Amino acid sequence: MDVTPKIAIKNLFKIFGPQPKKARTLLEQGLSKEEIFELTETTIGVQNASFEIYAGEIFVIMGLSGSGKSTIVRMLNRLIEPTSGQVFVDNEEITSMNRGQLVQMRRKKMSMVFQSFALMPHMSVLQNAAFGLEMDGIDRKTREERALKALEQVGLEAWAESMPAELSGGMQQRVGLARGLATDPEVLLMDEAFSALDPLIRTEMQDELLRLQARQKRTIVFISHDLDEAMRIGDRIAIMEGGRVVQVGTPEEILQNPADDYVRAFFRGVDPTNILTAGDIALDSQVTIVIADGKSPRAALQRLIKNDRDYGYVVDSERHFKGIVSTDSLREVIERPEVDQTIPNAYLPGAKPAFSGDYMQDILPQVASHPWPLAILDDDGKYLGAISKNLFLRTLHRSEQVENGTLEGPATK
Amino acid sequence: MNIFNFDEQQIPLDEWIQTFVDWLVANYRDIFQIIKAPIEWSLNGLEWLFATLPPWVVILLFAVAAWRFAGKRVTLFTLLTFLLIGYLGLWEDTMTTLSMVICSVVFCAVAGIPLGIMAGRSDRFEMILRPFLDAMQTTPAFVYLVPVVMLFSIGTVSGILATIVFALPPIIRLTSLGIRQVHPELVEAALAFGATNWQVLRKVQFPLAMPSIMAGLNQTIMMALSMVVIAALIGAGGLGNPVVQGLNTLEIGMATVGGLAIVLLAMVLDRITQGIGKK
Ligand SMILES: Nc1ncnc2c1ncn2[C@@H]1O[C@H](COP(=O)(O)OP(=O)(O)OP(=O)(O)O)[C@@H](O)[C@H]1O
Ligand SMILES: [Mg+2]
Repeated sequence: MDVTPKIAIKNLFKIFGPQPKKARTLLEQGLSKEEIFELTETTIGVQNASFEIYAGEIFVIMGLSGSGKSTIVRMLNRLIEPTSGQVFVDNEEITSMNRGQLVQMRRKKMSMVFQSFALMPHMSVLQNAAFGLEMDGIDRKTREERALKALEQVGLEAWAESMPAELSGGMQQRVGLARGLATDPEVLLMDEAFSALDPLIRTEMQDELLRLQARQKRTIVFISHDLDEAMRIGDRIAIMEGGRVVQVGTPEEILQNPADDYVRAFFRGVDPTNILTAGDIALDSQVTIVIADGKSPRAALQRLIKNDRDYGYVVDSERHFKGIVSTDSLREVIERPEVDQTIPNAYLPGAKPAFSGDYMQDILPQVASHPWPLAILDDDGKYLGAISKNLFLRTLHRSEQVENGTLEGPATK
Repeated sequence: MNIFNFDEQQIPLDEWIQTFVDWLVANYRDIFQIIKAPIEWSLNGLEWLFATLPPWVVILLFAVAAWRFAGKRVTLFTLLTFLLIGYLGLWEDTMTTLSMVICSVVFCAVAGIPLGIMAGRSDRFEMILRPFLDAMQTTPAFVYLVPVVMLFSIGTVSGILATIVFALPPIIRLTSLGIRQVHPELVEAALAFGATNWQVLRKVQFPLAMPSIMAGLNQTIMMALSMVVIAALIGAGGLGNPVVQGLNTLEIGMATVGGLAIVLLAMVLDRITQGIGKK
């Protein structure tokens, strides 16, 4: 991943209402959002948000209704003016741009997809898709060609001459997506873009988005209040509560180390075996035996006994996984004639490794059916570590604690 | 001192207004005569046109418009109305009234649509405008007829000015309403794609407000027609004439025939403009 962030926001605040200064002071005095509203009829939309979004990632912002997701995403293109703080895109400060620069930035760099689709009812599908280009003053022929290409990308070129009202919800949002893609922006803002669609269509649209993203990497800021959706498409997730950003990280990081009860409550009811992969939980705490230096079964046995372990993980000098040996299998080999006294002869039959990208769910049968910890390899076949029954259960147990947390869980629609 | 003694303490507002209008007339009548000019030109042009066109051409034009925008039945109704008006001997008066109505409606649209757009986009402007619109719609025409005549003299132009005062509010109100009814999300979407304020207005708000603006235009036409009789009182010609004369001389038949022609003409214009609004 890129080191310089595509988008950076720094100490961003948005305070709605009649007394922003007073609300700010009260906030600094430690009053809650609700108390401040009681006193001043002023709403804290977003408070002191800072994070970075990298080029080419899908960054999901999650949180309950009213937590400030829409506000924060609208401050990225300044549909909502921040009360204070800064927004940078490619190191350019959006928050200090004048009107003209801002308009150019919106036309060329950043487009948006809306929850309610927000298609122009008086324009055809093609004209809708071409809307951003039309605002940019691109001539009719060129913009319609480009819009048609964008419609092709979402599979709607046959509907170009239809009016939006003649299309189903899912198709309308495809038009919304095509409108966002037609200007070929580097950044795509999506505010609950799929929330209004029924579950089947929603999954279909998520796949569509991932497919488009695989073909051409854009930086996508995706708002959602659906955890499954966030897990499915998000490279990283930011969780918001009451205008604050409480945690930013990959789904796995957040699931394993929730920052507070609010985040924990969010993950209540999530099956961790669907989300955590073997690589996330594997530990490199087993004894490894390097085969290259001509180690004999005897030496290997010594090593296991010395470390008080029953199993050893055999790798070559580059850590490529070879097999698993046990104290019993080594002893049995040592009994054999001299020529047969090799470590490979002591490999346990059936000791197949798993890969770091496999989900916990997928490796469960293997973990359960053998007495030895399951060896986990990376994509190049190198040994990363192992997962014992114990470790597997501990991981499950920890997320169970999350599930039984005292907090009221957020409604994940 | 008793502040509720209304008999002894009175505000002489009536005198002040009297003085003010007298002062205006004495010093600025010339300026008002200049303001008159564009209206006079437009009106003369229209009147000349309708007087020169042979009746069958006028009837054909209206019939085609009705056919195009409002369908068969309205076309038939339009034909019958104009034929009846002709046979009732009111053709010339009707053409004068049409010129006046068209002239006032054009001025109402030219002033009213931009004002309505501004009111639709600015709460403050709408707030300032609203009491004026209320006053224009509710002040009895007789109250401003006299100052209008004093400043602009008697005649058709004064009639049109009085008509404009009365018929302007609906197009402003309905234009503003139309702009306000455009979903804020659509405006937001347009802005998100880099639309300037002017582009938002031209590409999104105005086209979407069009049905409402057309309804406003239709209302303005109706109200302009309803002023025909009052305009006749200050010397404007047209279909108001037979009504006023009929009332003065107690010739009920003449008054009724004039009234009938106004009503029929109103219905024709209403159906055609409503048809345009729906397209
Ligand atoms: N224009 C506004 N005026 C006043 N308060 C506002 C305005 N817009 C948002 N708010 C308040 O700011 C807070 C954050 O709103 P925001 O719309 O960003 O929430 P959200 O996380 O997008 O919620 P949802 O899931 O319902 O869309 C809420 O308390 C909301 O009431
Ligand atoms: Mg929202």
